[in-house]
Amino acid sequence: MRNSIENLGHKGLDFFQRLGRGNILFAHILIGIPGLFLRPSLIIQQVFSVGVLSFVIILVSGLFVGMVLGLQGYNTLVKFGAEESLGVVVALSLVRELGPVVTALLFAGRAGSALTAEIGLMKATEQLSAMEMMAVDPIRRVLAPRFLAGFISMPFLAAIFSAVGVNGGYFVGVGLLGVDEGAYWSQMQANVDYEGDIINGVIKSFAFGVVVTWIAVFEGHDAIPTSEGVSRATTRTVVHSALAILALDFILTALMFGES
Amino acid sequence: MTEQADILVKVRDLHFSRGSRKIFDGIDLDIQRGKITAIMGPSGTGKTTLLRLIGGQLKPSSGSVHVDGHHIERLRHRPLYQLRKSMGLLFQNGALLTDLNVFDNVAFPLREHTDLSESMIRDLVLMKLHAVGLRGARDMMTTELSGGMARRVALARAIALDPKLLMYDEPFTGQDPISMGVLVRLIRALNDALGLTSIIVSHDIAETSSIADYIYLLSDGKVVGQGTADELNNSSSEWAQQFLQGRDDGPVPFHYPANDYMTDLLSGLAK
Repeated sequence: MRNSIENLGHKGLDFFQRLGRGNILFAHILIGIPGLFLRPSLIIQQVFSVGVLSFVIILVSGLFVGMVLGLQGYNTLVKFGAEESLGVVVALSLVRELGPVVTALLFAGRAGSALTAEIGLMKATEQLSAMEMMAVDPIRRVLAPRFLAGFISMPFLAAIFSAVGVNGGYFVGVGLLGVDEGAYWSQMQANVDYEGDIINGVIKSFAFGVVVTWIAVFEGHDAIPTSEGVSRATTRTVVHSALAILALDFILTALMFGES
Repeated sequence: MTEQADILVKVRDLHFSRGSRKIFDGIDLDIQRGKITAIMGPSGTGKTTLLRLIGGQLKPSSGSVHVDGHHIERLRHRPLYQLRKSMGLLFQNGALLTDLNVFDNVAFPLREHTDLSESMIRDLVLMKLHAVGLRGARDMMTTELSGGMARRVALARAIALDPKLLMYDEPFTGQDPISMGVLVRLIRALNDALGLTSIIVSHDIAETSSIADYIYLLSDGKVVGQGTADELNNSSSEWAQQFLQGRDDGPVPFHYPANDYMTDLLSGLAK
């Protein structure tokens, strides 16, 4: 009994210590960001490896999610004779929820884990330490550009996910199931609100971009510098990111759409 | 020149602990300018930790480390980084940046800290690589290098900014005889040609003694011997003799502290 209370205490302390270290690191990264604008090549390089290299998985996933939405949406709507609203269902589901959330989950698995492993291995092989001794601050040189790249890439990836998903829904709904093409697009145009839906979706993806990349770079930087430590940090990135995305999504959804 | 001005690194009453384990228990060291000073001692005596304390990557529990007149643990971020531009640390595994090739690794500190043109950087990098004999390996990736080559590239990178102080962390560990000979000669030649001050942390006695001007022996968190190689060889200190001659028993016991052997064995029978 005493042991389990002790363990609980240790875990609690460990959690708050990590939270504190994470916040301090976040503050250091934010301080390092303005200096990056003098060296845009660092940002571009990272946007490529974090964002552009995640493009294919986002594209393919977006297409299939859109197709499933088209199929499921049609099967439900047709019972009420409302299959012409399929475009609205697909677009709202994607723009408000699935676009930002699924993109962020995929991003955590594809780019977040890679970021953690890369930074963790740089730590394990003393590359970060070597940078410090060369008077190069690794937080500004390595972590800040990766963080900024994640923040910039996420909304674009989410937008691509939603756009491809809408076309996937169109392919299944209009192309295969016979929904009227004009109704699909016009209902979507009439019922998807620019500020209420699209902008809120973009805000969500910015928020997920911050959280996922923060978790990824923190876990890498905080990893125990051994192969086991890096592997555990990589796992934690994916698990913690997924939980954070879903919890944050609920909070943001409640704030954005709670009253309507 | 005063004696004070001859000392580049001054360590006084340095204490440092990791958790409950004491690594340093009040050590004093003076690193003379222009000389090669070796810090030797058995594994686990905190030799690498000492380099990190001198580089300001760790802070002592008490005591002081002065580098070139600066009280290093009191320096704030910016002046500390400014001071580090005049230091180089050669890590045991080289710690080369794995996403860059040999040329870009050596160019890294120059690109980060200077506004030199690319053609100037190219010339400087080739000069540094030539000094370590690896000008021809400039396009190789770090994964293609042998251990000895990686250390030489790291050495070229460490001297890229023409530092005053160069620290070597176990430079000879795991090297074949040829690489070892190359490194020994390079360390001496660079120190003399560039007017550096070098600190070598090592437990390779023969190689280190052959180039070190002054040697400190560390054990159990204390300085247990110091002097030139000859002075230490002739020293009456039992510890120094055990270490330098590689005897398995002496002041550093062969057996890790344990209960009485017989009692330990018999306690198994009693169960």
